[in-house]
Parts: sequence; C-alpha cells; structure tokens
Amino acid sequence: MSRSPQTLLYAKTHEWADVANEGADKVATIGISAFAIEQLTDLVFMALPSIGTKVVAGKEFGEVESVKAVSPLYSPVDGEIVDVHSDLPDNLDTLKEDPYDFGWILKVKMSGDTSLNQLLAHGEYERQCGEEG
Amino acid sequence: MPFAGYDMPVQYDSIVSEHLACRTSAALFDVSHMGRLRFDGNGSEQLLDHLLTRRVTDLPIGGIRYSLMCNEEGGVLDDVLVSHLETPSGSRYHLLVVNASNRQKILRWITPHVADFPTVTMSDRTDLTAMIAVQGPRAVEITSRLFKANVDRLKRYRGVITEQFGKPVIVTRTGYTGEDGFELIVRADEATRVWENVLLAGRDVGFKAAGLGARDTLRLEAAMPLYGHELSEQINPFEAGLGFACNLEGRSFIGGDALRAVHAAGPVRKRIGLLFDSKRPVREGCGVTDANGKCVGVVTSGAPSPSLGRPIAMALVDVNAQEPFTIDNRGTSQPAKVTPLPFLRSS
Repeated sequence: MSRSPQTLLYAKTHEWADVANEGADKVATIGISAFAIEQLTDLVFMALPSIGTKVVAGKEFGEVESVKAVSPLYSPVDGEIVDVHSDLPDNLDTLKEDPYDFGWILKVKMSGDTSLNQLLAHGEYERQCGEEG
Repeated sequence: MPFAGYDMPVQYDSIVSEHLACRTSAALFDVSHMGRLRFDGNGSEQLLDHLLTRRVTDLPIGGIRYSLMCNEEGGVLDDVLVSHLETPSGSRYHLLVVNASNRQKILRWITPHVADFPTVTMSDRTDLTAMIAVQGPRAVEITSRLFKANVDRLKRYRGVITEQFGKPVIVTRTGYTGEDGFELIVRADEATRVWENVLLAGRDVGFKAAGLGARDTLRLEAAMPLYGHELSEQINPFEAGLGFACNLEGRSFIGGDALRAVHAAGPVRKRIGLLFDSKRPVREGCGVTDANGKCVGVVTSGAPSPSLGRPIAMALVDVNAQEPFTIDNRGTSQPAKVTPLPFLRSS
C-alpha cells in the first residue's frame, strides 16, 4: 500500500478520504492528515465507533485526545462503517509515522457521493493549512 | 494563547518532550506573567502578616514562604510566595509573588490595608521585571555558575539578590514543578539575555524551553494546587490540603477566625489524588461518584501524566465519600484508584 497525499480529498476539519470503487459500491478509506497530527502532538487516546455504525458527512464519529485537549473526528462522507482500524488506539504512534497508509482509521461504504463536493483537493487543503499554521 | 493578558505558548516543542526534559535535565519557563509586588518601609512585615495565613514577622532575610491570602470567610483569594530580601546596599523589603489571573484583584484587596500602615509603600513590579524558572535535576548545577553569589548553596525556599554580568537578579530556590531549581527575577530589558544565557548553559545537557502545557502537567504530578482549580474563594485551605500554610495560633490575620472554626469542626471536603488504568484522559469538571452511586465531588485538574504514562487527576470530594470511586467522563464511567499525593516525588 502506498497512498499519495496528493490524490486524496480533505475535509476542512483535517480528515482525508480515499474513495475507491468496490464492485457496485463506493468505499471511502478515512484518516487524519499529517498536518493535523503534527498540530495535535502528544496523542494519548482515541475513541472509535464500531462496524455497522452510520456516519454523516460533517458529523462527529470519534475523538482523539492529546495531553492538552480533546479533538473530535468528523466524517468526510455519508455512509456505513464497514471496517475499523481497531489496533490504532493502542498504537497511536502509527498515526504520526504513517498517517496515509497504516494510519487509516475507518472504511465507509458510501450511501451517496454528494458530500464529496464539500471536500478539498490537496492543493486547496495545503493552502488552508498554510493559513492555519 | 492569551493568558491573563499575556500572550504565552502552550508548548514550544511538545508538552511531553518539555515535561520529560524538566524531569531528566531542566526546563526553562517564562513566568513573567506572575504578579510581583514589592513592600518597602517599616511595618511591611506586620501588614503582610495581617494579610497572609502564614506568619511573616519571623521570616529571616533570604527566607521565603508559601502562604495563602484569605477573605474574612476563610475563602482563598490567592496562593502566594512571600520573600524577605536585602539589596546589596543593605535595604530590606518584602516581595509577594501572586498569580497572574489574580493580580488586579489582589492589588484591589491589599491597597486599603496598605493605607493603614503609613510607613509602608507597595509597588507593582510586574511590568518592570521578568521572571524565569529553571527547573530540573540539572538546573542548579548548570546555572549556578552564571551568578556572582554561590547560589548552589541556597537551601530550598531561600533567596538572594545577586548579579549576572553585573546586572541585578533575584535568585530563589523555588519552583512549581516538583523538581529542584531556581526562579530568577530580572529587569524586563535583561530578560531575553538571561533566558538565552541559561538555555545556552544547559544546551549540552538537554535544557529545553517549556510552555504552559508542561508547566501544568508538571505541577499536577507534583500535586501542587493551581488557583481556579484546587483553590478558589469557595474552597478553604484545609479542604485544599494546605493546613500547613495556616499558622492559626497566637496571631491575628484576615480570615483567621473563620479558619480556626473550620479547623475545629474539621473540613467537609478533601483534595485527593486519582489514578486510572484506562487510557482515556480525565479532565477538570468530571464528576466523582462513590461506591453508593452518589455524586461526591468533582475533578479539579486532570491530564495524561507524561511521567507515569497514564491519566492522573486531583479531585475535591466529600470527606465521608465511600471508595471505590468512578469518574463520569463525558458519558463513560471510568474506575478510579485513590493514590497518595504527590503522584511523583523528585529524586
């Protein structure tokens, strides 16, 4: 696996989505950006939902905590969770070391792709990070 | 982030790396936001003795005490350090270091009392000076040589006015991390130079600049109270576990009668330490439930402990609460283990 950050879509809230066709379905793999992980620093805890949970674009699906604060995680897409990276909360260093491959968080079977219009391409997302950072 | 009117970093690098630098080598903190009030003139010690819960009249030159300032009801207005210092030219004064967030309140509280002591003048030195804390096991060894006086011979809670490169500096062996170290007060225009000199002196042994985030996790592990969390006007010193900072016998001070009554009756709440096996951090404001399912208190400070690798917290609970406790952590019930304070003792 080697996912290139340039080919991903990004939510303004720093989650990335990698949308792929699986048979007739569209499945989005979801994670959080290297920029967000660097800003959070010192991650200590992550709470994730279980397989089968419905997610809604822009709505919270879990949270990640650093020493200083709790940060909600927002779904970039609409759909149903078909896979959860359940080892991740016990291996939070993975997020820092490899945010786009081994640091994936969820796979979501999408119920539609209208929410993708709200997402940013890599260049736009980088510009937003430049303004925040 | 803005803090009590100061723009201060939560972290320079990362809270954990700054925290661990302080536990293994040393960390530097810009604590210039702390209020520094100077009292000159005959009667200063009587004035401060009247304002503070701890005796000031027998404080020797170079002596420093942790104390509380209470209102008439025994509620805590602030926790402070009071020092008795002597300048090289031989004039003596008292210095009160107060919390940044309480400085204006404390100035308003003290001002009318100063008027009762016509020979005493109070001056707010906060904006004219800067304050730097150097804390950690290597702090004293590495930074002592920067000062004219043999400051490595200062005992804990002692201070001296000396010089660095010919410029005056107050060096005290105090801190807010649970580690050995110094706090330095210099003229504001000397602050950058002193800061850089100290960082440079400790560069090879891993000194780091540290922000408000590490300052908070360090003081929490050391179980030092933070005003607005473990202390407030609604919490009395005995509940906060600070009875040692109250000299009730043979003196008259503001709040003394109320504190004697609390002491005689026994406090109704107590400050406790909590440890957690689950990784989910416990934060300020979480409710504490006892063995009978009764809400018995609230978490006053909580964070993941960088030294212990697990969440820790302090809470204020009813003295009669029955262990074991659970914490209501945003909808999850999390078992807590009561542990003696401090969480960590410096070696």
